[in-house]
Amino acid sequence: MTEFEPIIGLEVHAELQTRSKMFCGCAVVDSVSATANTRVCEICTGMPGTLPVINRRAVEFAIRVALALHCEIAETSIFARKNYFYPDLPKGFQISQYELPLAVNGWMMITTNGEEKRIAIRRVHLEEDTGKLTHRQTNSLIDYNRSGVPLLEIVSEPDLRSIDEVRAYAIALRSLLRFLEVSSADMEKGVIRFEANISVRPQGAEILGTRTEIKNLNSLRAMAQAISYEIDRQSRLLANGQEVRQETLGWDEGLKVTVPQRGKEEAHDYRYFPEPDLPPLHLERSWIEEIRAKLPELARAKRQRYVDELKLNPYTADVLTNEKDIADYFEATVAAAPDLPAQQIGHWIGGPLFSLLNDAGIKIRETLISVEQLSELIGLVELGKISNSSAKAVLTEMFASGAGASQIIEAQGLEILADSAIIDGHIEKVLVEFPDQVQQYLLGKEPIFEWLFGQVMRATSGRSDPQRLRQALARQLRALDKRQPPA
Amino acid sequence: MDLTAEEVRKIAFLARLHLTDEEIETYARQLSAILEYAAQLQEVDTANIPPTATVLPLTAPLREDTIRPSLPQDEILANASSSEEGMFQVAPVLEQEP
Repeated sequence: MTEFEPIIGLEVHAELQTRSKMFCGCAVVDSVSATANTRVCEICTGMPGTLPVINRRAVEFAIRVALALHCEIAETSIFARKNYFYPDLPKGFQISQYELPLAVNGWMMITTNGEEKRIAIRRVHLEEDTGKLTHRQTNSLIDYNRSGVPLLEIVSEPDLRSIDEVRAYAIALRSLLRFLEVSSADMEKGVIRFEANISVRPQGAEILGTRTEIKNLNSLRAMAQAISYEIDRQSRLLANGQEVRQETLGWDEGLKVTVPQRGKEEAHDYRYFPEPDLPPLHLERSWIEEIRAKLPELARAKRQRYVDELKLNPYTADVLTNEKDIADYFEATVAAAPDLPAQQIGHWIGGPLFSLLNDAGIKIRETLISVEQLSELIGLVELGKISNSSAKAVLTEMFASGAGASQIIEAQGLEILADSAIIDGHIEKVLVEFPDQVQQYLLGKEPIFEWLFGQVMRATSGRSDPQRLRQALARQLRALDKRQPPA
Repeated sequence: MDLTAEEVRKIAFLARLHLTDEEIETYARQLSAILEYAAQLQEVDTANIPPTATVLPLTAPLREDTIRPSLPQDEILANASSSEEGMFQVAPVLEQEP
């Protein structure tokens, strides 16, 4: 059977986290929890006699994203009316950008299976979000709180060739929006939404096949499933000598199939024309450069710096830079404890703390452990006051109760045994308790050393410094025999 | 430039207008005449004229991102022919074919 290659492009819509809406002063609120239709005014409902005025911060956020995506920013861009009748907008049109968008021709790097790939960005433009419809059997209910919220549309070229690449692109873009602090990019709440264009062609072919568009992909999993289904469906059609119909599809989450959406209006039916209520948007070069100068460090640059300058291993650097909040927490801890090695801080956050967060299913900003408390704990390990294994137990307790490290160590008597006489005492007891094992060891069964080591460690409740315990145990065994035990 | 009845029907659908067959015939004639009139613009040589979105020498003013009071819910809903649970209520939305 012919092998088919998928050609995929993504269109991403992200609500910008401005305080007020795109063209009016209504507050931007959480569309899931806010009381319906309480953040609506004459302007966002398009009442006669009102005029929209562009939100400066929304433009700034859009420029931030366009710069981070290496786009060319238009010094003059225009807004357009996209006309359609659907109750999600009370005006009969959406203010969007069509010709002369805010930015074009950018790119973003993605990594899949260790391979780097550059994905071209066709355009980035500003528009307004629509209201939220709740469909019922007998009626539809509309909440216009979301209507007029600044929405950024980011369109990629059809450069993606696999589900892995789609996922990597989506995650990279979400991370970019979060690191730039322009959007919460929360998929569950619909703050960021994806649409995919998909076609397939025989492996090695030059021309593109007929494409379909899948709308309303509201989770990464749904997106992966829908695209995968669509690739199979199109490949089967072509393999059977049939044709793919150009159409807009939806993803049926229950049946796990793509289904044609009815009555989708073709692009020219939107009858775009320049928005008469808004003059062209002129951007001063100096303002764009000012925004560029203030761009924060993004995930990829951070990861590189953690590896190159802070000497973190690539895996830890990855874990720490996947989420902005984790990177912020790490950097705050490094800043709070400049004397501690950054690798150790990275290890404790990317390892034990990260596991605790995952197991509890909470975000790092919800943790009870302050960066000062964490650096205190790591400091105690570095000073040799507690053992590594005790420290893990202390961290778990800190995570659960929010108590400080010293307090827990004192309360539970976890401080490392500094007195060698006490350690020697524990060793003597163990050697007396297990004469058979000691005998076996002395007869040359060397792995027994580790077993005895474990017994003593347990007897001291993990409070021994492994290095010192090892030496002390070796010394006592040597005293019982002239033989040389392993180091 | 003659518009067919089919094209007029499609335009009417996009504007959510219900037209009788006679009206469609009338509008096909009238719209065709309007298009023909506007088509004179095509004769102008625009080779050296940049695309123009507006003829006014204006730049969009920007507003600061500050919140202003919205309208009270009951005032906004006063515009609805019917409402339920603080939301506008409309007939069940099913996208229709022309």
